[in-house]
Amino acid sequence: MSSSANTPANPAAKTTGLHIGEIRPGVAKVDPIVTIDGVSRHFGGLTAVDVEHLEIPRGAITALIGPNGAGKTTLFNLLTGFDKPDTGTWSFAGHALAGIPAFKVAQMGQVRTFQLTKALSLLTVLENMKLGAKDQRGEKLLYSLFPFLWKAKEAEIEAKAMELLKRFKLDTKKDDFAASLSGGQRKLLEMARALMTDPVLVMLDEPMAGVNPALTQSLLEHVLGLKKEGMTVLFVEHDMHMVRHIADWVIVMAEGKVVAEGPADQVMKNPAVIDAYLGSHQDDDLGTITGRITLPKKGKK
Amino acid sequence: MDWSAIFSNTAQGLFSPATMAFALAALGLAMHFGFAGLLNFGIAGFMAIGAYGYAISILTFGFEWWQGILVSLVASVIFSLILGIPTLRLRGDYLAIVTIAAAEILRLLFLTNAFVDVTGSADGLSGYHNSFRAANPFPVGDYGFGPWTYNNNEMWVLVLGLLTLVICVSILLLLINSPWGRVIKGIREDEDAVRALGKNVFAYKMQALIIGGIFGSLGGIVYALPSSVNPGVYVTSLTFFVWTALLLGGAATIFGPVLGAVIFWVLQAFLSNVLPQLVSSGLLPFISSIQASTIRFILVGVGLMLLVIYRPQGILGDKKELTFVK
Ligand SMILES: Nc1ncnc2c1ncn2[C@@H]1O[C@H](COP(=O)(O)OP(=O)(O)O)[C@@H](O)[C@H]1O
Ligand SMILES: [Mg+2]
Repeated sequence: MSSSANTPANPAAKTTGLHIGEIRPGVAKVDPIVTIDGVSRHFGGLTAVDVEHLEIPRGAITALIGPNGAGKTTLFNLLTGFDKPDTGTWSFAGHALAGIPAFKVAQMGQVRTFQLTKALSLLTVLENMKLGAKDQRGEKLLYSLFPFLWKAKEAEIEAKAMELLKRFKLDTKKDDFAASLSGGQRKLLEMARALMTDPVLVMLDEPMAGVNPALTQSLLEHVLGLKKEGMTVLFVEHDMHMVRHIADWVIVMAEGKVVAEGPADQVMKNPAVIDAYLGSHQDDDLGTITGRITLPKKGKK
Repeated sequence: MDWSAIFSNTAQGLFSPATMAFALAALGLAMHFGFAGLLNFGIAGFMAIGAYGYAISILTFGFEWWQGILVSLVASVIFSLILGIPTLRLRGDYLAIVTIAAAEILRLLFLTNAFVDVTGSADGLSGYHNSFRAANPFPVGDYGFGPWTYNNNEMWVLVLGLLTLVICVSILLLLINSPWGRVIKGIREDEDAVRALGKNVFAYKMQALIIGGIFGSLGGIVYALPSSVNPGVYVTSLTFFVWTALLLGGAATIFGPVLGAVIFWVLQAFLSNVLPQLVSSGLLPFISSIQASTIRFILVGVGLMLLVIYRPQGILGDKKELTFVK
């Protein structure tokens, strides 16, 4: 399938003017929501992440791309408190996050999804959604024993959950166990559940992987919708179609380092990016590694 | 074969302090394992804390019976904290190892001669009933009918045990059907996913461990109420018997553990009566009557294996859940 078949005639309006000064890896942003300094993570002798400086722009959709093993998921884990870096500091919306546990990071509004989907299998789809809700005091042990203290809030949460489920076309499944959903539907559920928390920054790790192509378009619309609602989105994706279509800013990682960043169309032409992908896949066709995009130069060094 | 004795002994298993004690302990395990996914293989330790805490408070410190119960509950909370703080951050299997070891350590502490004045060592503890019986609202006399005939002291134990069980079942029903219960079940499925939604997973697991532990130690108290505290009871096989009751009824249910405990004790009573009689009437050749009474434990083991293989969700469990077990 060619990329033009999938791309609508007029791609979404991009947010521009995000950076200050000349574009290069680690360039300063006008309004950064996440700032990373000297963050590194080693597994034995392997350096999974080694980021000198990186800023994620607020109110925009940023794509994090790079070949397999580049350290994207590890960087996600570090930013969200699911893993601890060996060195470095980072902040979210002005709060230093080093040493803050994952659940507190999430409470601050920085919410993530996982590359390997984590649907809560033996909870129903609706229960999965309700679990994302904030400020339900019935989740506190002593309150939970007195239903009249939390029933009203519960009805509110349910209404909100149903609205989101409708948006993600999962409303008919609300009483099914999450385990009965297809892989793609679970990805959607996980994303919808994350939205129940009213996040400020949504971090999606490969949201398109395994999602039925028929759903691709609506998923793109969802992500664009998040930006319209004022959220910041950071996503990891191998599907270049998605990256080109919705990302306002693209960050490229290779071997743990940020090797390039910039607006999508410019980054794709960057020789460092082509090198990064070809470096580990000399024999592969670039199109198959990166998705459905045809690059101007085909890696002739 | 004396069928009427067999029948009457079996019928007593239906409604006895031991049955209620098992039901309470199995309810605690349901909280731990069935709902929160915590692998506790030390439920015998929690029961021992209940029983010894109660008896020691009364015998050594001269407390009233209800103060003894409070001491036991506080002790079980402390035990949960000691177990949970180092292990709940680690993967689930660590809790299993730590709990089984901690329960053994406890048992050996109660058994050792070093504290014989307090724990009674191998003799255990008895004679702590005065305060409890003084509070008995039932006048002297016999109550009930047929095999279920009890004197006023037995009646007091049964009524209090039943009341405790009803309260614990109600609390568990409220907890599990609340948003708190939803978080707990979410943690059972995948704690990282729940963490990513901003819930303090460690605190929830600790709360679940404490609540289940309290149920377990209440079970230990009810077990000790009628007669004595015997260190030979709180062994690892007690843990496995309670697990059997839990899995029999259904781990992720609330009435399952109660039903499982009843079936377990009725079967125990039936087998321990019928097997020796089968031997003495020559229907079971090749074994002595002493061997016959231990066969029932072998049968329990075989039963547990068959159960886990053929009906892992238990009697009251939802078959649908199993279709999705990885
Ligand atoms: N827990 C871990 N232990 C050891 N090595 C790991 C671990 N997690 C990731 N790695 C390694 O770190 C590198 C980066 O992995 P990852 O962040 O998953 O890459 P990406 O998401 O970009 O594909 C890989 O080489 C991977 O093998
Ligand atoms: Mg990854």
